[in-house]
Amino acid sequence: MTDLLGITLIAIGIVFFTAGSVGLLRLPDMYSRLHALTKADNLGLGLLAAGVAIIDGGLVTAIKLLLIWLLVLTASAASAHLVAQHGLRKGGDA
Amino acid sequence: MLSTQIIFGLTAVGLFALGLRGTLLHASALARILSINVCGAGVFLMFVTLAYSGHADPDPVPHALVLTGIVVAVSATALALVLARRLQESADE
Amino acid sequence: MSGNLAVVVDLLLAMLLLALAWAATTTRDMKRAVVLFIVFGLLLALVWARLKAPDLALAEAAIGAGIAGVLLLAALRREPPAETAASDPPRVAVWLLNVLTLVVAVALGWALLHILGGGEQARLGETVRARIGDSGVSNPVTAVLLNFRAYDTLLELAVILTAVLGILALGPAARGYRRSGPVLQLLTRWLVPLLILMSGYLLWVGAHAPGGAFQAGATLAAAAVLLHLAGHDRAGLPGATVMRGLLVAGIGVFVGVGLLVTAGGMAVLQYPPAWAGALILLIETAATLMIAGALALAYLGGRPADWEAGITPREEKD
Repeated sequence: MTDLLGITLIAIGIVFFTAGSVGLLRLPDMYSRLHALTKADNLGLGLLAAGVAIIDGGLVTAIKLLLIWLLVLTASAASAHLVAQHGLRKGGDA
Repeated sequence: MLSTQIIFGLTAVGLFALGLRGTLLHASALARILSINVCGAGVFLMFVTLAYSGHADPDPVPHALVLTGIVVAVSATALALVLARRLQESADE
Repeated sequence: MSGNLAVVVDLLLAMLLLALAWAATTTRDMKRAVVLFIVFGLLLALVWARLKAPDLALAEAAIGAGIAGVLLLAALRREPPAETAASDPPRVAVWLLNVLTLVVAVALGWALLHILGGGEQARLGETVRARIGDSGVSNPVTAVLLNFRAYDTLLELAVILTAVLGILALGPAARGYRRSGPVLQLLTRWLVPLLILMSGYLLWVGAHAPGGAFQAGATLAAAAVLLHLAGHDRAGLPGATVMRGLLVAGIGVFVGVGLLVTAGGMAVLQYPPAWAGALILLIETAATLMIAGALALAYLGGRPADWEAGITPREEKD
């Protein structure tokens, strides 16, 4: 039962990652691409981590995965901001 | 022999060949250094594939050798990049 | 069932690795090549995890993808324009090169399959597992690195030091960055203490779980890189004298311990089993600091601003 829930969460997470990758390849300019990528990072990774934590079942693993997710969140948010800021400085649409 | 070993072993050979080709093909130092690193990755993959053994624990000696190799490769890459930059600067003078 | 699935995953990883390597070694745009190389390094870390080599996965992610990627990106800062089609070698030469690498690949592949089909031979790994109780640690890779094959690690530290000496001798460090905006400042303020903590944890845990001095050193170096990117010109490194001390101490402590144990009647670097764990931790601590300093200096690309260029001539006394 918990395995099924975990696998479902991981599958939905993979959908988000796919959406992010498709967005990276197909969206027109840099800012919308950044938007798509951060969606993949935040929700996709969060669902993946939640699924893995449920399948594994231990508390320590769940806390570690939560910390990993939070770190990736901050890093990806900060780098998206920096990339967008650099793009803006270099001259608007990219 | 395990299918995992065959797959990754052939991949390691492929990586080595690609890195070799890249080193001989490019003209710029940065591209060559990058290709040599790919070559090195192929060699490391070969070591670890030979150390892998299905359900038993893997052989730790090749792992230690590869760990040493990774750190030495990065140090050599750093020195090579600084040398390349210095060569470029003195060529520009 | 799970066997087939494993084969599918392996094939996927292998094809991705080869595709990334192909793209990184054949593209002419150097920025693209470097980014592809970083992705290649991360995928390789995944492959190490698949091949049951967690120490290597940590090291590859931190050093192979992280530090090497940062080094290449820093080198890109002053890279001249990308190669043009005019500077290509003649087509005959390229064709010959392809044939040559194909021949090499086929020969190596044949040799590999021959080895893999050659049946089981005695492996050193069995000796390691038999004697690991005497080594003072329970992580077999750490035991091999710092006890059974300690000479290799000592010489590796010497190689790192040689590379750093070369880098320091070749000129001043690249210019720093201006003080960054509030987002990166905040990130740095939180991440650097966390990275230092992680580094200490990796150093400590290396005795009984995947981890160790190299991964810990790389994590510290990552903290230095982050500080440099946020605008701290010296990347948070201590002054020249302390840096020199740290770089030398990595090897010094190793050799010192090795010679010290001879006082108790052992051979050089033969730790007495009761003390082995503590001695290994001592050596690893010195090695961590040295590796961190070395990788940070490698990233800076030369002598930081406050190092003297060499022996300053003494003033002539009247």
